[in-house]
Amino acid sequence: MTAAFIVFAYLAVVLYIGIFAFRKYERKAGPEEFFVAGRSLGPAVFLLSLFGTNMTAFTILGSAGHAFGNGILTFGLMASASAFIIPLCLFLFGTRIWSLGRRFGFITPVQMFRDRWECSHIGTFIFVLQAALLVPYIIIGVMGGGTTISAISGGAVPYWAGGALVALVVMSYVFLGGMRGTAFVNAFQTVLFLSFGLAAVLFIGYRSGGFAGAMERIAASPDAWLLTRERVSPWYFFAYTLIPLSTIAFPHISIFCLTARRMTEFKRTIILYPLCILAIWLPCVFLGVAANGLREVPAIDAKLEARAALASPATSPDDVPALRAEARGDDVVIVLLEHYSPLWLAGLLGAGIMAAVMASDSQILAMSTMFTEDVFAFYGGKERFGERMQVATGRVFVVLVTAVAYALAMRAPTSIFELAVQYAFTGYAALVPLLVGALFWRRSTKWGALAVAVWTAAVVLGIAVFQASVPAPPSGTEIVAWSLGGVNILTRAATGTYIFGLMPVVTAVIGSAVLMWIVSLATPRPTPATVERYFRR
Amino acid sequence: MPPSSTIVASMRTLLLTLSVIALYLLHQDFWFWRDGTLVFGVLPIGLFYHAAYCAAASGLMWALVRFAWPVGLDSETDRQPTTDNRQP
Repeated sequence: MTAAFIVFAYLAVVLYIGIFAFRKYERKAGPEEFFVAGRSLGPAVFLLSLFGTNMTAFTILGSAGHAFGNGILTFGLMASASAFIIPLCLFLFGTRIWSLGRRFGFITPVQMFRDRWECSHIGTFIFVLQAALLVPYIIIGVMGGGTTISAISGGAVPYWAGGALVALVVMSYVFLGGMRGTAFVNAFQTVLFLSFGLAAVLFIGYRSGGFAGAMERIAASPDAWLLTRERVSPWYFFAYTLIPLSTIAFPHISIFCLTARRMTEFKRTIILYPLCILAIWLPCVFLGVAANGLREVPAIDAKLEARAALASPATSPDDVPALRAEARGDDVVIVLLEHYSPLWLAGLLGAGIMAAVMASDSQILAMSTMFTEDVFAFYGGKERFGERMQVATGRVFVVLVTAVAYALAMRAPTSIFELAVQYAFTGYAALVPLLVGALFWRRSTKWGALAVAVWTAAVVLGIAVFQASVPAPPSGTEIVAWSLGGVNILTRAATGTYIFGLMPVVTAVIGSAVLMWIVSLATPRPTPATVERYFRR
Repeated sequence: MPPSSTIVASMRTLLLTLSVIALYLLHQDFWFWRDGTLVFGVLPIGLFYHAAYCAAASGLMWALVRFAWPVGLDSETDRQPTTDNRQP
């Protein structure tokens, strides 16, 4: 319980930071202050907070867990691709979003789309879609909170209570501190989890007698494939590079771009972002892989036994769900910490994990911002009830979103990683052509934007329905649901759905881009005055 | 802008664009796909390569910020009215 008490103390500190932001800046608390911190964040808070905003439960728990089961593949798949694509998107899109936000007073992407394409209800449809896609991302935070607190307390705090505690703390500081409180907390958390990875590797390495032995054991075992990517198709690896595109389309990231005091605050963030990714992901992925060689840890040994049983043809299908649950690696870092670290250190490192787990704050705030700006204010609420009521509505929405996310998290059995990738990331990546059209293409139209949004909704809904109706086959096999002329068009595998053998994100993004292009060319463009405001020569 | 400056600017843009494309393609390191060699006896070479890739990405971002920063955008930040398409 010592470790759990340290984590509780950590939760108290982040709550205080939220209260501090509330007390210090409440006097200025108009919508711009509450939702975008008065557009006044300096370079250090902007970098740390933007990075922290983008780090979720699966950065530490999910990445190590994924690496435990898939080997070094995890780093190239999720970390190094993001280290290139995300800062490039900040450079191309983030700076322009910031500039337009300053010029026209936008607080949400939908406000920009409505103005850029002279539309209203199409913007509302995009809002609904963005909000629906954001929910799974928020759920990740609550699930990660429950898992972490339950594991750190040795099961004394049940999963539901851990999730409730994290949800309550996050809700409180977002409610009180708005964007400024959230940014301060995120900056603090980023410092914590940047230190976490290195500390965890050093202590676990030292106490286990070094990692060289563990890696040699893996290399000499049937699991040597974990040190390569031989079990994955290069096409899968290539297709995955489209997933980080989703980052800039996430509302909490594009809204966060508006908080910078000056555009130059982006410079340091763009340059250092890849190094921050390296600092946090490399230790987590390395620990996840190395855990396969640390069979002296009883819980790890049990996971490896379960994995071996899953691969055995003698295993009864009835035993598969329990074995899959046993073999899951989401808690592998926590298990290693419990075994190798002294209690107090496990608690401190657990606080580092909590820092990443609690990244759902920005998404909750983004949901609240979008609702108050894109619906409440847009449909006359601001003019009727004033700015104070607008902020109050935002706060009420923070409570509602958190409560709904908690209720859903308690019922969601899917692993953290799958939930995020299958729905939110694919959907947001498919929305990137909206930003390309709005920011770079004069000829883009609201009908092109609508086509992109409808297509994205159809793809995400289609995947969800398909996966619900076609159960996952055993690992290593696939079900062909639709083929034409010997070409497999739609397949279902244990890892998800594939279209033409590639992840659905490829079809989703290409389809969106083509629709934006064709539909825009076929429909009337916005008035020249509007276009000129966006594309001055 | 004098013609020589225009040529230099175009060459710079071309070079940076090619660098971005090259780095994107270098992510696909098929040459280390099945290689499980341990660098320094502990780090699988595929993992080592992608860690170095992150450092290279940081270097390229520095070059973009240094040589292709969109200078016009931050000078056009006076608040202006938007399209009046709000609902009654």
